[in-house]
Amino acid sequence: MSEEFKVEIVNPEKSFLSKEDITEVVIPAFEGEMGILKNHISIISFLKPGIIKIFSKNKEEKFYVEDGIVEFKDNSLSILTSSIFSLDKIDKNYVNESIQNAEKELSDENIEDQRRFLISQKIDVLKSINSN
Amino acid sequence: MASLDDLKKRIVSVKSTQKITKAMKMVAAAKLKRAQENAEKGRPYSEKMNNIILNLADGISDKENAPKLLAGNGQDKIHLCVVLTSDRGLCGGFNSNIIKKAKTYFGKVLGEGKTLKIITVGSKGYDQLKRLYSDKIVEKISFKESKNANYFDAEKVGKIIIESFLKKEFDVCTIFYNKFKNVITQIPQEQQIIPLKSSESEGSTSEDNYEFEPEEDEILSNLLPKNISTQIFKAMLENSASEQGSRMSAMDNATRNAGDMVEKLTIQYNRSRQAAITKELIEIISGAESL
Repeated sequence: MSEEFKVEIVNPEKSFLSKEDITEVVIPAFEGEMGILKNHISIISFLKPGIIKIFSKNKEEKFYVEDGIVEFKDNSLSILTSSIFSLDKIDKNYVNESIQNAEKELSDENIEDQRRFLISQKIDVLKSINSN
Repeated sequence: MASLDDLKKRIVSVKSTQKITKAMKMVAAAKLKRAQENAEKGRPYSEKMNNIILNLADGISDKENAPKLLAGNGQDKIHLCVVLTSDRGLCGGFNSNIIKKAKTYFGKVLGEGKTLKIITVGSKGYDQLKRLYSDKIVEKISFKESKNANYFDAEKVGKIIIESFLKKEFDVCTIFYNKFKNVITQIPQEQQIIPLKSSESEGSTSEDNYEFEPEEDEILSNLLPKNISTQIFKAMLENSASEQGSRMSAMDNATRNAGDMVEKLTIQYNRSRQAAITKELIEIISGAESL
């Protein structure tokens, strides 16, 4: 029996990625990283800033996402996100710029705790991308 | 009767107008292809989003404490209408169709004695509405600078809507746009986005037991604002495809009409030229005879 399932990543402008030979996906779900294998129970969750790792038989792909929703149903995983970049193609300038913007936002005293948490997450992830 | 020179000038001017409309048609055709592709590519996102929300809304246990964006705030007094139009003219009935649809709705709302607020997106809609409803327009937005409909613009509109909803500035929100069917037909649509109507796709509300992480309510309250931007983005995509389609057929008509006109004017020109020659001949002949 094959251990493969379908993954589809859509952003508002187009279908970003669609593959059928995926063995495992690791997503930065809101309450922690989550690994999804075939025959996972139907689930809906949303994402915090982080790295999506997609494993197929002999390949591993990584994407940076800022937010999004994940739905897994009948062995097909849909990820809806408004901002996603492949780690191979990511632009260093863009990363630096986002870090700066996020830090500026973080210095504002009047933001909610949840927002603060998300932003600091984002900074951490972006920094780790840059250091690689 | 117009002199020969005048006719000649008119023919030339109609011909150059025809050249312009023809060029505009070509440009619209090229843009239409891209806009149509974008609209089609954008559909899966909004459909999936809608499905997930419907599933969530079904699964929600505590209906009374459901997020306000989903269920509304229980009132129906102030209506906010978001009218999405284009920034450029010369596209046939595209803008007037939306405006007509919106005006009927405005009439209904005002007739029931409710308060009306309008947000216009795109300068043409503002131009057409400001005469009658200038005191109702609370905001006008225009994205003249951005070439294509993009998500960031939609998000901006979405944020404005959500913020004013949270400030309790309106109870019901409806958006107006043109749905792209094909090049000739665009259907003006009204779609209520707050509170969300769980209409249409009834078949997809399956009995699946989803696992939610975190809880349904939390996901919903995170998702609903996004859904509003998504719906607006969808409307913008449909609109831009419709605009190009409408412009293309309008310009096609204009080119054809200009062709007809050139033909008529040419016939008239030739006739009067011939009449002038005949007149001259008669004068010469009768002059010769009288000698």
